[in-house]
Amino acid sequence: MEKNISEILKERILVLDGAMGTMIQRHKFTEEDYRGERFKDWGQPLQGNNDLLSLTQPEAIKEIHSLYFEAGADIAETNTFSGTTIAMEDYGMQDLVYELNYESAKIAKEVANAFTKANPDKPRFVAGSIGPTNRTASMSPDVNDPGYRAVTFDDLRIAYKQQTEALIDGGVDILLVETVFDTLNAKAALFAIEEVKEERGLDIPIMVSGTITDASGRTLSGQTAEAFLVSISHIPMLTIGFNCALGANQLTPHLEVLAKKAPFGVSAHPNAGLPNAFGEYDESPQQMAEQIKEFLEKNLINIIGGCCGTTPEHIKAIADLAKVYKPRCVITEAV
Amino acid sequence: MKKYLQLSGLEPMIVTEDTNFINVGERTNVAGSRKFLRLVKEEKFDEALEIARHQVEGGAQVIDINMDDGLIDGKEAMVRFLNLIMAEPDIARVPIMIDSSKWDIIEAGLQVVQGKCVVNSISLKEGEEEFVKHAKLVKRYGAAVIVMAFDEVGQADNYDRRIEISQRSYDILVHQVGLAPEDIIFDLNIFPVATGMEEHRLNAIDFIKATRWVRENLPHASVSGGVSNVSFSFRGNDGVREAMHSVFLYHAIKAGMNMGIVNPAMLEVYDDIPKDLLERVEDVILDRRDDATERLLDFAETVKSGKKEQGADLSWREEPLQDRITRALVKGIDAFIVEDVEEARLAADKPIEVIEGNLMTGMNVVGDLFGSGKMFLPQVVKSARVMKRAVAHLLPYIEEEKLKNPKIEGESENAGKILMATVKGDVHDIGKNIVSVVLGCNNYEIVDLGVMVPPEKILQTAIDENVDVIGLSGLITPSLDEMVYLAKEMERKGFKIPLLIGGATTSKAHTAVKIDTQYNNAVVHVNDASRAVTVVGDLLNDKSNKKYVEDIKIDYDKFRTQFLKRTKVKEYLSIDEARKNKYQIDWDTSEIVKPKQLGIQVVQNQELEELVPYIDWSPFFRSWDLHGKYPEILTDDVVGEQAQELFADAQEMLQQLLAEKWLTAKAIFGLFEANTVDEDDIEIKIEGKEAVRFRTLRQQLKKHAGKPNFALSDFIAPTTSGRKDYMGSFCVSTGFGTKEKAEEFEADHDDYNSIMIKALADRFAEAFAEYLHAKVRKEAWGYSSDEQLTNKELIKEEYKGIRPAPGYPACPDHLEKLTIWEVLQVKERIGVELTEGLAMWPAASVSGYYFANPEARYFGLGKIKEDQVVDFAKRKNIDLEYAKKWLNPNLSE
Repeated sequence: MEKNISEILKERILVLDGAMGTMIQRHKFTEEDYRGERFKDWGQPLQGNNDLLSLTQPEAIKEIHSLYFEAGADIAETNTFSGTTIAMEDYGMQDLVYELNYESAKIAKEVANAFTKANPDKPRFVAGSIGPTNRTASMSPDVNDPGYRAVTFDDLRIAYKQQTEALIDGGVDILLVETVFDTLNAKAALFAIEEVKEERGLDIPIMVSGTITDASGRTLSGQTAEAFLVSISHIPMLTIGFNCALGANQLTPHLEVLAKKAPFGVSAHPNAGLPNAFGEYDESPQQMAEQIKEFLEKNLINIIGGCCGTTPEHIKAIADLAKVYKPRCVITEAV
Repeated sequence: MKKYLQLSGLEPMIVTEDTNFINVGERTNVAGSRKFLRLVKEEKFDEALEIARHQVEGGAQVIDINMDDGLIDGKEAMVRFLNLIMAEPDIARVPIMIDSSKWDIIEAGLQVVQGKCVVNSISLKEGEEEFVKHAKLVKRYGAAVIVMAFDEVGQADNYDRRIEISQRSYDILVHQVGLAPEDIIFDLNIFPVATGMEEHRLNAIDFIKATRWVRENLPHASVSGGVSNVSFSFRGNDGVREAMHSVFLYHAIKAGMNMGIVNPAMLEVYDDIPKDLLERVEDVILDRRDDATERLLDFAETVKSGKKEQGADLSWREEPLQDRITRALVKGIDAFIVEDVEEARLAADKPIEVIEGNLMTGMNVVGDLFGSGKMFLPQVVKSARVMKRAVAHLLPYIEEEKLKNPKIEGESENAGKILMATVKGDVHDIGKNIVSVVLGCNNYEIVDLGVMVPPEKILQTAIDENVDVIGLSGLITPSLDEMVYLAKEMERKGFKIPLLIGGATTSKAHTAVKIDTQYNNAVVHVNDASRAVTVVGDLLNDKSNKKYVEDIKIDYDKFRTQFLKRTKVKEYLSIDEARKNKYQIDWDTSEIVKPKQLGIQVVQNQELEELVPYIDWSPFFRSWDLHGKYPEILTDDVVGEQAQELFADAQEMLQQLLAEKWLTAKAIFGLFEANTVDEDDIEIKIEGKEAVRFRTLRQQLKKHAGKPNFALSDFIAPTTSGRKDYMGSFCVSTGFGTKEKAEEFEADHDDYNSIMIKALADRFAEAFAEYLHAKVRKEAWGYSSDEQLTNKELIKEEYKGIRPAPGYPACPDHLEKLTIWEVLQVKERIGVELTEGLAMWPAASVSGYYFANPEARYFGLGKIKEDQVVDFAKRKNIDLEYAKKWLNPNLSE
């Protein structure tokens, strides 16, 4: 790569890819497909373990990355949303975590490199997706015992550290801590990333993306957008932003808060609207682009993409739009 | 560029020039509060939390938490307390200051708080290496930090030392560690003045001067301190201490101190300090005279301490009367309502004006908030409680006014009159009461006839009272027919007013198909309280109601056509075919366990405490129109906060109910030899008596190949198998005492708690059924003696065997309750009765059967055909029409 990503970010709005899950669903993989030859005798059901497909259906995952790059994405997310020992416990696959992350990163990077080679003017990047896990560090799952925690900071830190190391080994360009519903989980991930950076003496751009779960404008763990920003501002981030849970139109006020206050880039990858009665996202690419236009017109954004329900068609519509607008100017600290 | 100290709890806190002074609460510090220390030692964390809440309500912008005490495991206490705080949004909204002299306690605290905290504190006391190590972690955890003016030599106690240590600490932190300078807060040591010792004279002024120096020379850093130290030598004389704190702060803040620990109750307003006292205090703080201390001491004798403990924020009590009344109604605060209403009454010409003016103004706000989804049902019911108390206070005056002035200006203006009743044979009234309360809140006059109201009484009252709407409620299936009957009667008697239908078994389908067709005027199915308000509003709107009623009629007609079309698609088997396709258990090998104890057993006085763990809370929330699964509902985005509040109220009543033994719980169950006979009947043998038969009903819907048509009798070995089998039946009730308690609350105008006690009694009854079933499985019958299931697993019905209840999906026939009552002698032995609608009384009761076969499972009967009803009537030896009436809800068209 000639130019580094933070430089490109000053010149134009970068486009992140869309949903992995929605694309995987199109394949209608069966239990057998998920298992592949290697896990055919695994003791637990594996259908739904999307991360595993990087090992058992790598061609499908590569194809999804390609489709998004073709649609105009600058950054692909690795298929590693659940790639921690904590999230993999559901499938008894804790021991595979390193391999899952490493292979997913490798696959994505391979596709990205091919695209960059074909068109060096538009370098493609890979962001290692670091999901929230399925446990919350600052909330109790047992209402009769509000002081109880199902996971500790250290559990999370250790799990995230392993994921981070594998993603970096696999060649990702960026680490993306995303769908943060509990800021404490994110803080553990960021703590782990800082540890890896220090131990290896390297620097790698970090994106953090929170999730506002309802119209009241709070994360699941109860923080406002600004409190979320304050709580993690000790980390030098490439971008901070929001994804998932809401459609683009409901995200605007929260992005405005970040755009006004954050000394970092701002990112958004909203869902394709809100799920309908059947749990499907039915906002069309045009509808979604129409709403994202508002972000761009208000000059709120540095990186834009899609979350649940978005497809290459959505990303194409968004990418076409993003070309036309200037990125938000990041007010970095004037020392 | 200016950089500000930024902290966060659930909300951000940015310390700017404009925020002036950040007040840190210190009552949650075991060194600062004896009470807090005691509570933590005794592990009374709930009460300790109240101290934190009290502080935040009292205005603390950050709370300092310290668990450093020799008798406490500080790390464990810190983590536990912080975890509990995180579950309290009204405390957790402010940032936390994690205070300890032990680093491992601080780190443990940092690991459980999502917001940006303040670490209190680090210093150079142990040398540079430790200082750097801790500072790096502070940075990595993303906290701000208090740096004590302390180094290897000791604590800074004069101006020069304060500057020296601050400068050195700052340089290390900013340049070596890379900590953001705005995240540094210096505690420059506040020491007492007026101690009588010469070397203490400059303590305050040196602090103030050093503060100014730090703010001018160490960019972006803050200054903090514990203010009460300064007046230490005047312990016991709060008057002087309060003045000293104010004076000290006045000058320190001017110098740039922007954060500190101050007890707001120990603070005088600077401008309110008497001139002579002010002069003497300033002499001491600013070291203006050699004899300053003596003069203040002398003067102190004459200063009495003024007490003014600050409690919860009651500043709203200062607002204008209408605002206070509106607030009391919206917030459901009844503590001051009588006082406020009395004030309003004295100001009004006539007492009725208070209702029509002040109270309605407030209730309109409640109505708007509820209508727009900003208030939830339990809150509205609390508002109604306040309203009722207010009205109760006014009523005697209104009566008096009427006597004085008999030709009064007609009735008071209300939006309309609504008759509410639970129909004949049914005793369930929680939903009806809620709807009544909500409508009452919206200015409708409610005529509530209560439960088990015969149709004649409903219709006669409607005529006598000239009501505008009739609302019918019912929970059990026979009530559906009562409603149909009432609609028919309304049509026959020429009624024109709308009929509302509500209650758990009612549905839009039943209303459209069965009730709407009987009555030519409006019939509306209303399934929740909030909708009731808009529906009644539309029905009674003079301008648009005609159109609305027409629309409703058309809507129901369409719905009906569609529904009937849909039902026609279903295919049914004849009862003989269905029997051929019954569920087959292999009786040669099936496991049958003989009960340890056959016969009937009675539990006369069950301890309620034992039932608490068996309570399934989800239906409790449902009864309050809060939908969602417990416990997830407590953190639900929309209703979570309300659910938590409701749950807290429920827990409070639950404790009182247990302590004061409001309810009596009784149960009866019997385990008998049983065999299936004649396909669908189960014959049980009771010692010394004639055999009795339970009649079961069989699914008739045509199933996919391989799926059986179930009847409960399939789970009991038939006589032809040659094996002896067993079944049980039971009735539990926790309703004894409910009615009395509910009436007590109602007399106190407290519908909220009246509904609450009924809802709780219902939960206890279900819990008792669960508990008793477990006991039967493990002990009395003993077929699952090694069962170990959690409540969650119980709720998911993961146990072996089933306990279907007559009137519910597997056996919707209520008539079989009569058989249970006869077999067990339920009424005679435990006093639970059956109404003519075959509802159980007290309402908080559950009855049913026990089946133990491992293959027994719950199912829904679905619709049945007339041929089975004919057969059923014959088997039971009852009139066909009578049988049809009872099975009507399950009859396919």
